[in-house]
Amino acid sequence: MDKSLVRDLEIAAAKVRIGIIEGVHSAKAGHPGGSLSCADLLTYLYLHRLNVDPADPKMESRDRMVLSKGHAAPALYAVLALRGFFSMEEMKTLRKIDSRMQGHPDSLKIPGVDASTGSLGQGISAACGMAFSGKLSDESYKVYTLLGDGELQEGEVWEAAMFAAHYQLDNLVAVVDNNNMQIDGKIADVMSPYPIDQKFEAFGWHTITINGHDFNEMEKAFDDAERVVQRPTVIIMKTTKGKGVFYMENALEWHGKAPNDEEYEVAMKELTAHLAELEG
Amino acid sequence: MANKATREGYGDGLCALAKVRPDLVVLDADLSAATKTCIFKKEYPDRHFNCGIAESNMMGVAAGIASTGKLVFASSFAMFAAGRAYEIVRNSIAYPKLNVKIGATHAGISVGEDGATHQCCEDIALMRAIPGMTIINPADYVEAKAAVLAMAEYEGPTYLRFGRLAVPIYNDEETYKFEVGKGITVRDGSDITIIATGLMVAEAMEAAETLASEGINARVVNIHTIKPIDREIIVKAARETKKIVTVEEHSTIGGLGSAVCDVVLEEYPTTVVKLGIEDVFGHSGAAKDLLREYGLCAENIVNVVKKTLKK
Repeated sequence: MDKSLVRDLEIAAAKVRIGIIEGVHSAKAGHPGGSLSCADLLTYLYLHRLNVDPADPKMESRDRMVLSKGHAAPALYAVLALRGFFSMEEMKTLRKIDSRMQGHPDSLKIPGVDASTGSLGQGISAACGMAFSGKLSDESYKVYTLLGDGELQEGEVWEAAMFAAHYQLDNLVAVVDNNNMQIDGKIADVMSPYPIDQKFEAFGWHTITINGHDFNEMEKAFDDAERVVQRPTVIIMKTTKGKGVFYMENALEWHGKAPNDEEYEVAMKELTAHLAELEG
Repeated sequence: MANKATREGYGDGLCALAKVRPDLVVLDADLSAATKTCIFKKEYPDRHFNCGIAESNMMGVAAGIASTGKLVFASSFAMFAAGRAYEIVRNSIAYPKLNVKIGATHAGISVGEDGATHQCCEDIALMRAIPGMTIINPADYVEAKAAVLAMAEYEGPTYLRFGRLAVPIYNDEETYKFEVGKGITVRDGSDITIIATGLMVAEAMEAAETLASEGINARVVNIHTIKPIDREIIVKAARETKKIVTVEEHSTIGGLGSAVCDVVLEEYPTTVVKLGIEDVFGHSGAAKDLLREYGLCAENIVNVVKKTLKK
């Protein structure tokens, strides 16, 4: 991947992280940890990979992206804002009573959101339906879905995994945000989904494991997924929960809590300094 | 009158629908021989897809397909379509207002021998509580087929309820017209109104016949669309006949009877007696025997009407 492109994506991701913190702080609620862990991936997809058009959000030929881990809505919204679907200013209305920025993604209210999600395990099924429909009418669009690693505990995920392999949905790529944590603790302690790659492999999927904060590895993995035929691909990305805000990194309490004013200042200082450094 | 199950109307209706909607996709969850989507599969093998015994995923897949603009039916038994997959129907289908049609067969107690685990008498209540969900419960084969065909031009999440049991066909296929949300006065009368839905319409008509021979003039109204319900026909009945008896093969909690009571209470308070499954689980047995046991037969409707008139 071109170095300047990587730098552009890093700058974009830094802005997305600022948007996440702005949104969650303003809402006084939300999920910063799991939003920050997938901020790089969503930035990569929407600013580099996906065929989407902010001027025509419902364009029939668009690639679809279903945020199965719907609680990472702040990350998705910040990325959509950066891609031009709406203003980044709207992040400050997150979860507010008169805002369209719902706590979890709402496909009817928010331009660029392909599926209403939030109840875990359901997004991957909808993504399967979109990919299946694309195959039926010979469309060239691709379908992506992002799952949490804790989300893999939902049985529906594995029903969908069976379906995608059975119908050979090679136009579907699922990504697992493997940040190792869920609300009640480490995923391995709460209810281990490991080994994730072997489980998907056994279900008939092509599997790739990458560092979820490395754009070069993402590029390679998604290119690889495009070459796979007659099988869906899962990209298991190792990530750090809370990535980019030092006190949130790998800290369980930041799964679903908003920073107070003081914590907000600390986070913004770190994030803006990082952005300035990248831009400098 | 010839007898045929409304689920046969589902299968035949899908075939008719495919002729006007080439984008039709039918999903099933390993029950196609029972839900009768097998009829459609035979004619359109490239539009029928099995999702295996995984109803939750099937509903999500249906949502995804609908989001791309195709007309999709997801089929299973009422117990699994409305019960097991409830939350997926709510969040993945109804919340984003997707055009998914749920074909739920084997509803109610008349499932018979399979027993309580398969006799779903709560589905109407569950589906009624979901914002924007349309609920259609056809009375006979002709109405079932017409209801399915009507989906060609009816947008939005819809729950279609069909029965296992072969029941009398009383509608004429040549002349019958299905209109979503419109109740039908199948027999006029002025002493009392029997409002029935699904397989109970034929029983209500038989009951009205018996009552007539005893000098009681009962009106019979078929409510095939439970939501949105035909308020006008219900208020008219309340006003003109004062007393109402509702009959459904469903729990008396949250079904047709509850829906009728809601309307009557708001617009013209009067006596409504609800006949249905009284907050109990069913058990194995022949459908006809079970229906009799739970009072869902013409004979008992006659008794309940007479008692109601004495109130």
